[in-house]
Amino acid sequence: MFDVSKIREDFPILKREVNGKPLVYLDNAATSQTPQQVIDVIVEYYSNYNANIHRGVHALSQEATDKYEEARQKIQKHYNAKHAHEIIYTSGTTHSINIVANGFSSFIKKGDEVLVSAMEHHSNIVPWQMLCERTGAVLKVIPMNQEGELLMDVYDTLLSEKTKLVFCNHISNALGTINPIEEIISKAHNVGAAVLIDGAQAAPHLVADVQALDVDFYTVSAHKICGPTGVGMLYGKEEWLNKLPPYQGGGEMIAEVTFEKTTYAGLPHKFEAGTPNISGGIAFGAALDYMNAIGFDEIAVYEHELLEYATEELLKIDGLKIYGTAQEKTSVISFNIKGVHPYDIGTILDKLGIAVRTGHHCAQPIMDFYKIPGTVRASFSFYNTKEEVDVLVAGVKRATAMLV
Amino acid sequence: MEMNIKEIQEDIAAEFAMFEDWMQRYEYMIDLGKSLPLIAEEYKTDDNIIKGCQSKVWVHADLEEDKLVFTADSDAIITKGIIAILIRAFSNQKPQDIIDANTDFIDEIGLKEHLSATRANGLVSMIKQIKLYAVAYQTQLS
Repeated sequence: MFDVSKIREDFPILKREVNGKPLVYLDNAATSQTPQQVIDVIVEYYSNYNANIHRGVHALSQEATDKYEEARQKIQKHYNAKHAHEIIYTSGTTHSINIVANGFSSFIKKGDEVLVSAMEHHSNIVPWQMLCERTGAVLKVIPMNQEGELLMDVYDTLLSEKTKLVFCNHISNALGTINPIEEIISKAHNVGAAVLIDGAQAAPHLVADVQALDVDFYTVSAHKICGPTGVGMLYGKEEWLNKLPPYQGGGEMIAEVTFEKTTYAGLPHKFEAGTPNISGGIAFGAALDYMNAIGFDEIAVYEHELLEYATEELLKIDGLKIYGTAQEKTSVISFNIKGVHPYDIGTILDKLGIAVRTGHHCAQPIMDFYKIPGTVRASFSFYNTKEEVDVLVAGVKRATAMLV
Repeated sequence: MEMNIKEIQEDIAAEFAMFEDWMQRYEYMIDLGKSLPLIAEEYKTDDNIIKGCQSKVWVHADLEEDKLVFTADSDAIITKGIIAILIRAFSNQKPQDIIDANTDFIDEIGLKEHLSATRANGLVSMIKQIKLYAVAYQTQLS
């Protein structure tokens, strides 16, 4: 049984006050909060078996290595990857994307085309622009409609034998749109293009099955899914990861080194140069355990209820407009009040203890599309409540009264 | 007798000390923002935009005799309030006095949170821009 008050007990931070008011944390799309179960795993690591992995013959190193690799298997299982070595630990989604964008420099030539969706985070735009600058490839954009849904018929016309890569987020961070990635992937494969799906925003809301999706690359940041910051993963199909050149040189990623030549280690170590975020990797696994124990189906049902309630209540406010009204969306509401700058609303909400994000959400092209400077974004997690939605709505009303 | 920067800052701090809570402070800032003397449209150019702000802020400086006069605007009202306070403190002063002035009063009037890097509302950038203008015109004067 899904019991939100019991779940909230797991999150120590939810008990704190901000500006003398109980914290109402609605910036979950930026980062999720961390349950005690995950914090304990980090503390346990540094208290009990902190050691460098894959190197020492001593007991601590062995223990740390085992836990770190166990966590990799948890991630593999969660995303249903065929092999554990298809899961590369990274510092997060941005790092994951850069490994692929950098590696593809060797496969892309002048005149090739890469496609990106109109609703990408800057981290899924800039690395590809850099790739195009290096190679002379052309970046093309899959447009979206006013609701914030990709125009799939235009996508069809953009695909050709020139298309080498398609990248798209699973869920938009600014709008909450769930993109039809199955269709995007299969159509790209029809023309022989590889696909990278940025799963950062999808991670806390649904489980992606990378084999069923037949996706080539999938990226996740642990901190979006109740894990720590500074760790994430790149899933890549084995054949792609074998083909891609390593991204960084250093220890751990080598088989043999002489001054004449270095041969690289096999997967996954080829992409894991240097001492990794060991406690982070282990805690990433613990976060997946935590979320799975609650159940993603239960989470989805509850978050959908919150989304519907919040949408309904917010729309009762005069002059409030919601950006991103796709049929398929997660619990993210981006909005503005007519005549009020989102920054002003965010500032007053903060004074009331309510944490939202304001600005362009690292997705400036979306803001340009709607011709707005930014939005206020409230993003809900499974540990938020309807009472918190009420506090938000009252806060927005109060801010509006002060500002208009 | 015209007030110097320090005296004006003390005045502002005294006004803010009368407010009992943040609501009153912000309401006052919003009022200040609404009454900010606007920058001439011709100066609202991209060159005059202060980078690093979530909201757009334009600042323009004119030298009138030996004093700098600032005009500004922003698309966010709280930001306008903040810049109105800065302009009151620094406009119509000699460039060298602006260069030498400290900005401790920001802390005293309870706006310290706007100085933090995460705020990105550009209070720090605004102060820097005002001082840069002063340095530029001081060079011109000397």
